[in-house]
Amino acid sequence: MTVETKETNEVKEMREAKPVAAAMAHIDDYAAVVGQSEIGALRTFAKQLQGHRVKMVNSTAVGGGVAEILNRLIPLLDELGVPTRWEVITGGEQFFAVTKGFHNALHGAPYEGHDDWFEIFRNTNEENRHRMQFDEDVVVIHDPQPVALVNARDGSKSRWIWRCHIDLSHPSQEVWDFLRPYVERYDASVFSAPAFTQGLAIPQYLVSPTIDPLADKNRDLDPEFVRDVVERFGIDPSRPILTQISRFDRLKDPVGVIQAYRMVYRHNDCQLVLAGGGASDDPEGEAVLNEVKEAAAGNPDIHILNLPPWSHLEINALQRASTIVIQKSLREGFGLTVSEALWKKKPVVASAVGGIPSQVLHKLTGMLVHSVDGAAYQIRFLLSNPDFARRLGENGHEQVKENFLITHNLMRYMMLFLSLQKSN
Amino acid sequence: MKQASTPFQFVTASYLIRIGRERAVTLAELARGLHSCSDASIFHHTFQSLERQHYISFSNDFAQWALTGCNEAPLAERLAAIDIRDCTTIEGLRDSLTSSVDGYVKLNPSSSSRLSFEPFYFCEAFEFAVPRDERATTLAELEEGIRTSNLQTLHYHFINSRLRLHLQTNDFSHWIETAMELPELARRVDRIDIYMNTLDDLREELVRTIHPWVNQ
Repeated sequence: MTVETKETNEVKEMREAKPVAAAMAHIDDYAAVVGQSEIGALRTFAKQLQGHRVKMVNSTAVGGGVAEILNRLIPLLDELGVPTRWEVITGGEQFFAVTKGFHNALHGAPYEGHDDWFEIFRNTNEENRHRMQFDEDVVVIHDPQPVALVNARDGSKSRWIWRCHIDLSHPSQEVWDFLRPYVERYDASVFSAPAFTQGLAIPQYLVSPTIDPLADKNRDLDPEFVRDVVERFGIDPSRPILTQISRFDRLKDPVGVIQAYRMVYRHNDCQLVLAGGGASDDPEGEAVLNEVKEAAAGNPDIHILNLPPWSHLEINALQRASTIVIQKSLREGFGLTVSEALWKKKPVVASAVGGIPSQVLHKLTGMLVHSVDGAAYQIRFLLSNPDFARRLGENGHEQVKENFLITHNLMRYMMLFLSLQKSN
Repeated sequence: MKQASTPFQFVTASYLIRIGRERAVTLAELARGLHSCSDASIFHHTFQSLERQHYISFSNDFAQWALTGCNEAPLAERLAAIDIRDCTTIEGLRDSLTSSVDGYVKLNPSSSSRLSFEPFYFCEAFEFAVPRDERATTLAELEEGIRTSNLQTLHYHFINSRLRLHLQTNDFSHWIETAMELPELARRVDRIDIYMNTLDDLREELVRTIHPWVNQ
């Protein structure tokens, strides 16, 4: 069967283009969004941490929500006077195939690892441990990939935090049994929701991931620019647009979205946009993209956009142009794309998995669903009830403003650092 | 302009939330948890929850879970009716919560062991408060301090103050009454209904109430 590729010249050009560094917002710029008083509070607590140095380590510099958060969080911590260094572990294809397998298994998928996977994981972490230095006061390790770096803490007075961005509520026991001894050597752990935890012996703290309202992905855009982007991708801005923004990953269920769309399409005229890219630590992206193209074959109203990681303005424009934003994940860490859509006052239809129910309060800030049928039904309902859909979007914006902006993340991290300082 | 006998000390406050290991999947487990959980947990699910998610039906987490997790609307209403403004100690609040749940479970034994749709996770909130450089010695300075306080600081001064003062009042009213000797204004400030307002609304309402008295 021939797979229809809908990659337009526009997408090809973007993939070949060099990224242009966006002008970074400064801490005082956020006063326009959250108020000067919140910025004053951040400065007050930052003063309490003066002289403390922080290191954060994760597994990818681009692609995915974690890298996006760190890209903004770290410069802002620096600006507040809490010097923070970001390092990314290195590893070969084999290592990232192993960690992807771990990732899926920790999310509850069957573990199909080979005999040497644990060894590959240990060896790569050891190589990184020897390459890096850990002389900061606080070391924050993000997610399972670099978790074994905690071996470096022998003889060190640093406080170590494991920041888990994924849902550990139903992990593969084999993988979790392997990782847990590393995790319990940390001083504290951080999760995105209470339901994600595993009853660890170390303290477990709650820090919600957040979006940056001033980043290219979320800042206000000129409506003409939005229209221009949509038209360049061959999408008709005058007809309803349903959009899911996610990397091409089976856990995001892009094929399920297409199935739901086909059910809606029988009753409502609308277009579907599936836009995303791949993270450098995700070796399955291409295979999933091909599955998606195959599922979409034959319908010119389905637009599959495999965008490069620097397409923030385009993603922002696609979300703003959408009539409804979908996030039909099968498993989810937090699902930051939901907060991005809510911030743009979009009605959201999203699966009740992972951190999504803390963002989408059913019938108040969006619609929660549990199946393809449910997604199709709620999309049809919102398309037929635009006033209700608008109210959801407005409530959603307030919900994000109160809970899920980067200024909250800065505050929580500083509270955590202060708490560890006190316990020291 | 009238001067206070002692200045009002503003603080900057924020909270860190710790996820406990205890969880409940039935009302009976909630009842047991309410007896055994830490004071910081009771504080988090009642006082601290008032600042979050004002779209949901009830502003304390126990009531909300009784409704959405257990579909026990009468219990949810009973728990929501416990007004934390009447409580000056966590122990007093814990007694009110446990007697409500224990009483309900006793009257409705079939509800007691029915599995909830989703677990209740006991969490704890830890408060951090740092004194600000600013102090108020007049109502004008108090008003300005309220305007420039972050939302969690307003929560600290207006809601959590009861646990520090062990009085059924808030920091602003307490100071207005004792240091400014304006009992009528103190009463008006304390009457502001935090249950029906967001913290942003609370700030506006505080300023609206205090402002006419500034030049008196």
